[in-house]
Amino acid sequence: MVGDNGAGKSTLLRVVAGLMQPSQGSVTLLGAGTAREVAHRIGYMGHAPLLYDELDGMENLRYFAGLYGLQDDGIGRDAMRTVGLDPDLERRVGQYSQGMRQRLSLARAVLHNPELMLLDEPFSNVDVHSARDMAAVLGRVRDRGKTIFVVTHQSALMEQVADEFVHMAEGKIVSRERVRQVQMSAGSGAGGER
Amino acid sequence: MKPLSIAFIVFTLALLGFSTYQALFVAPTEQTMGDVQRIFYYHVPSAWVAGVCFFVNFLASVAYILKRNSDADALAAASAEVGVVFCTIVLITGPIWARPVWGIWWTWDARLTTTLVLWLIYVSYLILRHFATGSQTKLLAAVLAIFGFVDVPIVYMSIRWFRTQHPSPVMGGGENSGLDPAMLHAFLWNLLAFTCVGIILVVARYRLQQMENEVEAEHARLALAGGAR
Amino acid sequence: MSAVGVTKSTLLKDLRMEWRSKDAINSMLFFSLLVVVIFSFAFNPTAEQSRLIAGGLIWVAFLFAAVVALNQTWARELRNQVLDAYRVSPAPPNALFLAKVLGNFLFVVVLEALMAPLFVVFYQLRSVGPVWQLVVIALLGTWALVVNGTFFAALSIRTRSREIMLPLILFPISIPALLAMVDATTSILTGESSPDFWIKLLLVYDVIFTAVCLLLFESVLNAE
Repeated sequence: MVGDNGAGKSTLLRVVAGLMQPSQGSVTLLGAGTAREVAHRIGYMGHAPLLYDELDGMENLRYFAGLYGLQDDGIGRDAMRTVGLDPDLERRVGQYSQGMRQRLSLARAVLHNPELMLLDEPFSNVDVHSARDMAAVLGRVRDRGKTIFVVTHQSALMEQVADEFVHMAEGKIVSRERVRQVQMSAGSGAGGER
Repeated sequence: MKPLSIAFIVFTLALLGFSTYQALFVAPTEQTMGDVQRIFYYHVPSAWVAGVCFFVNFLASVAYILKRNSDADALAAASAEVGVVFCTIVLITGPIWARPVWGIWWTWDARLTTTLVLWLIYVSYLILRHFATGSQTKLLAAVLAIFGFVDVPIVYMSIRWFRTQHPSPVMGGGENSGLDPAMLHAFLWNLLAFTCVGIILVVARYRLQQMENEVEAEHARLALAGGAR
Repeated sequence: MSAVGVTKSTLLKDLRMEWRSKDAINSMLFFSLLVVVIFSFAFNPTAEQSRLIAGGLIWVAFLFAAVVALNQTWARELRNQVLDAYRVSPAPPNALFLAKVLGNFLFVVVLEALMAPLFVVFYQLRSVGPVWQLVVIALLGTWALVVNGTFFAALSIRTRSREIMLPLILFPISIPALLAMVDATTSILTGESSPDFWIKLLLVYDVIFTAVCLLLFESVLNAE
């Protein structure tokens, strides 16, 4: 999902995640029901880190895994390694760099192996190299049959990986295209097909 | 305004005039307290209206939590405000009556204290409504209203018990016991008049709140629609 | 994980975080000490009188300490918007609520345990009635303050002037509980009457309001 600031991308994601009630209409996920009903099958990554600064990486993941009924530490450790973090690092999250926090936030969102992932700006504050790695990881996750919504300014990162681009402006979906190779610069249609 | 509304307002004004005449001139003077006792005709009906308003607020708040109907919220807001006004009247007329008669401005008896606590609870409700930001003001206020209303009987019981342990002067202890029939007459007229005034105020405030809600909803609609250009 | 499990893990997490930062504990401890000292300057009774007013003084002091604790209940969940992570998960909202209430309860009880001896010393208190009853009153009364306080703290999250909002809506509703706590404490200290009715009233108050809080918490948590 791409679009200018204020287009409503984050809001839409929050509504889909069940964090906000829509003013009109309703949301049905996974053909089953509202976000609360399928909470264990969806994962949400917000704009803010959604982590406890006073705990270290594994402590955070252990707590959140518990919320989904997962007791095995191995899950958290795997998730941290997947995003490129060291599970044995005892540093508190408050002392992480921005990029590390971003990656741990992603780990937290996908910890419980959800079928539907809602990611808000997963690449912000992450260096280009790592961002490309993350995009590739997302692609592989998609190949395993998961659905991923990604809100981002950096549509270039998603070019090789995304199945569909959804363009939003001023609170409405303006266009959608199922493509892999279309060149789209965020916010304008320059050099692209619509 | 609809002709029925105008008629009702005129009727109420006339009723109020008549009941005031009854209270001030027709009803006999109380033998021990003198003319100051006539405050009773304002004090007790005000308490009655306040109580009814707060009960309506409770029902409207429950309705809002269950149905999320903004009209229910409008009624809750209106009844709380009018209730607080009448409750204030009770708290002011009480001491004015008490001072010349019993020599004290205030006493912590069960009824007065409960009225004071009631007033505090609903003023805090109004302040919450004022200070809450965002679209969820109505829900938060409705929740608080339920807490407040559930608390009232507990407040009364606790103060009653406190007073049996630590007795102190009771104001106007049994006004309703042995009320002279001529006084009862004036009292009932005032009760009716105040109830009608209460209804008018609540309905007026309710309509105002409904309009405010509508404006808010329209703004939201425009914001949504404004996206398509 | 079951609701109980979530409550437990949340409570442990909160305790661990509090232990690490020691933010709230230290400031509250010192604040409680200050309150006791200032009250002692303001109200300087002789030993016989002290038993009569001590009930009121102690509970007002505890009330202020409780408000300081309650105000920071949700502070950590709001930083980094962590609360969203909980809301999105399948964990039941009431488990979160109970964890917070229990955490606050433990906190305030610890404070009371530290402040009470100070009061005894400064006011030369001796209890005529049985002390175990004082403990019962303290526990029931603290629960009454903390259960509503934690709930209203959550309500206040979405208001301006958050810190003043909490005591503003908490105090009026807590009046019957406060009356019970104060009068029961006084009647036990002076030995002049039985606190039985007050204990029953506090029990009823606790049950009713805990139920109301549990019923309504989910709506408040998801109000956005």
